[in-house]
Amino acid sequence: MSAKTLYDKIWDAHLVHEADDGTSLLYIDRHLVHEVTSPQAFEGLRMAGRNVRKPENTIAVPDHNVPTTPDRVDGIKNAESRIQVEALDKNAKDFGIHYYPVNDVRQGIVHIVGPEQGWTLPGMTVVCGDSHTATHGAFGALAHGIGTSEVEHVLATQTLIQTKSKNMKVEITGQLRPGVTAKDITLSVIGKTGTAGGTGYVIEYCGEAIRSLSMEGRMTVCNMAIEGGARAGLIAPDEVTFEYIKGRPHAPKGAQWEAAMAWWKTLYSDDDAHWDKVITIKGEEIAPVVTWGTSPEDVLPITGTVPSPSDFEGGKIGAAQRALEYMGLEPGQNLSDIEIDTVFIGSCTNGRIEDLRAAAAILKGKKIKDGLRAMVVPGSGLVRAQAEEEGLADIFKEAGFEWRLAGCSMCLAMNPDQLSPGERCAATSNRNFEGRQGRGGRTHLMSPQMAAAAAVTGRLTDVREMM
Amino acid sequence: MEKFEKLTGIAAPLPLINVDTDMIIPKQFLKTIKRSGLGVNLFDEMRYDDDGKEIPDFVLNKPQYRETEILVAGDNFGCGSSREHAPWAIKDFGIRCVIAPSFADIFFNNCFKNGILPIALPQEQIDVLMKDAEKGSNARMIVDLENQTVTTSDGEVFSFEVDQFKKHCLLEGLDDIGLTMEKAAAIDTFEAQAANARPWV
Ligand code: SF4
Repeated sequence: MSAKTLYDKIWDAHLVHEADDGTSLLYIDRHLVHEVTSPQAFEGLRMAGRNVRKPENTIAVPDHNVPTTPDRVDGIKNAESRIQVEALDKNAKDFGIHYYPVNDVRQGIVHIVGPEQGWTLPGMTVVCGDSHTATHGAFGALAHGIGTSEVEHVLATQTLIQTKSKNMKVEITGQLRPGVTAKDITLSVIGKTGTAGGTGYVIEYCGEAIRSLSMEGRMTVCNMAIEGGARAGLIAPDEVTFEYIKGRPHAPKGAQWEAAMAWWKTLYSDDDAHWDKVITIKGEEIAPVVTWGTSPEDVLPITGTVPSPSDFEGGKIGAAQRALEYMGLEPGQNLSDIEIDTVFIGSCTNGRIEDLRAAAAILKGKKIKDGLRAMVVPGSGLVRAQAEEEGLADIFKEAGFEWRLAGCSMCLAMNPDQLSPGERCAATSNRNFEGRQGRGGRTHLMSPQMAAAAAVTGRLTDVREMM
Repeated sequence: MEKFEKLTGIAAPLPLINVDTDMIIPKQFLKTIKRSGLGVNLFDEMRYDDDGKEIPDFVLNKPQYRETEILVAGDNFGCGSSREHAPWAIKDFGIRCVIAPSFADIFFNNCFKNGILPIALPQEQIDVLMKDAEKGSNARMIVDLENQTVTTSDGEVFSFEVDQFKKHCLLEGLDDIGLTMEKAAAIDTFEAQAANARPWV
């Protein structure tokens, strides 16, 4: 048998049918659903008189629209948001799928809830009507975002029509330096490849620096694979993965666990597997980074300066010009001189317990800069509870942060947490697009540590100065 | 799904790279539970000012582009979120074809599910089409899916590649789910085997 990549192995294990032209029907093990991209799909099912084929493998949770303030227990005030969440309540009930409603302690961002509850397992195919489904690739699962028509297709058939992507290997060698995190890895990779660099590929991240990451860190890395244009990001499962999964509510138990482990241990790319593209980055050379523009590829070390449009070529010249204007920045400005108005710590990229621990470690005993608005939004109710138990919530509150309930919050302006025009935000989320956090809002992406440091000084800050 | 065969229409130039789905349809319009009615908010933040008034400079607001059916744009069109609201908004506006040097993966797939044809062509050819689109309503571009060609108003012809299965579905207006349901037996067999091989799933 010829050598295979991890992606090849998972693909082959899920192939239901392949036509002569390569169009394939892929079986889907887990289908995650949220309120924004699913109502039209359920409506489509009803209209066609179809059912959900595998309700037991379909998991829904509202996250994008839900307010994160404590008063949400009294109901969602915005009528449109409320209708979408109510539609999900009803669809989950009517079709008998697993559901974590707004006031369940397990509710949270879909990509945090899935792994937390043990729904995401190595070697699976996982889809969700959401581009950051790539997150689940951290478990060695083939996971990617789909559109609403495809959501309907998976609900009805438990399969997806796909053509196979090419294989790309991103190797991060050696070890990270202090103050450098998984977020800096993933942003640096996009900075290097560009937002379209991964188009047509599934990326496997490997190398010593990746192996040394916790599951939380690996999820951060895979989360942003889509920002590099890739269909999915993958990390081969290992002891760290198995340890994380063991004992979770929906993880296999007993003999099933043993059987699963036997297969999971075969899930790695063979030594002589073929790669269509390989990128290698030295872990030691990655610095704490921030974004300066309106595309996740606009990445620079915090020690750098704002670039000039003339530093670029082709269509990027105009794009950089537009970005600088939108961001209100001048070429040559020190990144560390950029003053901010707001700090947002949360999202499916950096809303897990380890992220909160890292930010709290910087904030301990400190106060945020006067006049700054700062919020921490745990990725799930369980993350929130754990952070309270560990005393992290107190550190945040004493520093001057708002301590919120779980949801997507300010990662995207679909709920009450939004930037106003011109407001500048240090954010741990994954997209700095124009208007992403609110019309006219200006986003700088960075790690939780860096966001915490920025909260203290009121400007983009090299966290290493505070360590 | 609406069929796509041959289209003769006005093309609008949008010479921006990395046009993301937040630009195409900002998230405040994702709260609908319907597929229709998003066209008025297509490119909302570029199209309207803070008071909701049209920005005259934006291409689709210009009189000669009101009836646009084809969009010519820069690299990596449709990057960002998986929201199918992006193609829904494009379609609802009346655009049936987007031509760009490259597309983001999920957006590209979503187009086909909604009767929109995304065409990727080399930058040099996009440059020619962009110039042609600048002629506004004086010019009509022709997109012929059967023969896989785009013809400028000057009669210059470019061929494009398209996945044959997707082409077939667009030409015939076929519903994917119906097609897959015909393979129910294969899915049943797969499920039975998988239940044996990976019972923990
Ligand atoms: S946190 Fe942000 S990126 Fe993640 S699922 Fe929510 S909106 Fe999408």
